[in-house]
Amino acid sequence: MKVFDEVGRGTINAFAYAGGVAELLTDSLRFIVALRIRVRETLDQAYLLGVQSWAIVLLTSLFTGMVISLESAAQFASYGVSNLVGGAVAFSAARELGPMLSAVVVAGRTGAAIAAELGSMVVTEQIEALLSLGLSPTRMLVVPRLVALVVMLPLLTVLAVIVSILGGMWVANIYAHISTESFITSARQALPFEDVLRGLFKSIVFAVIIAIIGAYQGLQTRGGAAGVGKSTTGAVVTSIILIFIFNFALSYILFGHS
Amino acid sequence: MGLWARLDDVSVRYGPKIVMQNLTLDVVEGAITCIIGLSGAGKSTILRLLNGLKKPDSGRVFVKGREITKMRERELIELRGTIGFAFQFSALFDSLTIGENVALPLREHTKMRDEEILKLVTETLDSVGLAHVLDRFPSELSGGMVKRAGFARAVVTNPQAVLYDEPTTGLDPIITHVLTDTIVKLRERLNGTAVVVSHDLESIYMMADYIAMLFEGAIVAYGTVDEIRRSPNPIVQQFLQGSEVGPIPI
Repeated sequence: MKVFDEVGRGTINAFAYAGGVAELLTDSLRFIVALRIRVRETLDQAYLLGVQSWAIVLLTSLFTGMVISLESAAQFASYGVSNLVGGAVAFSAARELGPMLSAVVVAGRTGAAIAAELGSMVVTEQIEALLSLGLSPTRMLVVPRLVALVVMLPLLTVLAVIVSILGGMWVANIYAHISTESFITSARQALPFEDVLRGLFKSIVFAVIIAIIGAYQGLQTRGGAAGVGKSTTGAVVTSIILIFIFNFALSYILFGHS
Repeated sequence: MGLWARLDDVSVRYGPKIVMQNLTLDVVEGAITCIIGLSGAGKSTILRLLNGLKKPDSGRVFVKGREITKMRERELIELRGTIGFAFQFSALFDSLTIGENVALPLREHTKMRDEEILKLVTETLDSVGLAHVLDRFPSELSGGMVKRAGFARAVVTNPQAVLYDEPTTGLDPIITHVLTDTIVKLRERLNGTAVVVSHDLESIYMMADYIAMLFEGAIVAYGTVDEIRRSPNPIVQQFLQGSEVGPIPI
């Protein structure tokens, strides 16, 4: 019986969580559609959450592009098709690794920051203070972070894709002696521009996941410092799991037939 | 004097813990009503019920004759614009300066020009003795100054009532005296109602028009300062004397 209790409680909690997240997203979209966006706060958040993440995105995508090139160059060379390495690197960077990698890195850095900041505001009564002033925490805090991430994550993804391809090109040139020209030609042939746009669409969805999950976890914080820690961990873990799930679903929908 | 608010047969529980059971309390308009009681008795919950931050599990809450328990969020937002709330730890926004904190409700709820807002914010901060800290951040101020800045934010919109949650807790006697005096002066300036939750009996005796004592989820005593001090209720007497002996379990 205890097992059924646990399963039942878990199911109810999961639905309550999903309902809460959906409600927060709907509320946020309502403010965005009505153009009730705090511009200064949004720009500040774009800098804090987006611009300050460029270095970590650059480093992770550079080395990922390099390792893909290294592995594929060795394999492709053994089949005598090393001229296709550029295509493989560009293809995987634009469709999967660029959006995924930048989203996971930003979820770890920014999702955690959103949950921790909002969680601290809950435990220090700042959220109640907003409500007591007749102000909506969703408009004041969630919308600026959501809009900032939806703008900044695709830009970081573009950076990630370019850097991965450049890193891959450099390794292909040094390790497999593939010329830059051949690499670029292969990349252009393998990667239609629409695929780059689809990859960027994915990053918009990931940005929504990171911002809304981070904000929801933060706003649900209970207890003191321990509660903030729990919310922060929860935000990162949940965001990353959802990013992986949505990545599969979006890849199936967007690239399933190509 | 008429009533500003009424809690009518209100019950509140947090999980399995019953905090209030069939509690009824009248808040007189234009007076300072202080709520005393043990820690965790639900005093702060009364303040949250009065501005709609918390809904009771049963019973009704009236403010200025309107039942707020049935109000939609939009109506509650309007109501909260008429009630100031000074939080226990001030709850100032750390990312904003003191001036920006106090100006926030004016920027969001009025169409006042920047110069007008600055003038009103400076005047309000001046009324709590803080005009010189306009551009400083909350983290740069002492505990007493942060409390007063919280008061300024609560009263800047000229609310009809101000709710103070433990305004003097953890402060030295001189700052406590200053804050108590500030509450009285602000009430006079606003010509409105104040509800103060506090443990600080000295300060309560200085400012209260009425005192309500909360014990085990109900109001066990209500009256003027003299009436409460002379109350024959052993619970009230044990609390006022801070005695370990009596009906209040330790």
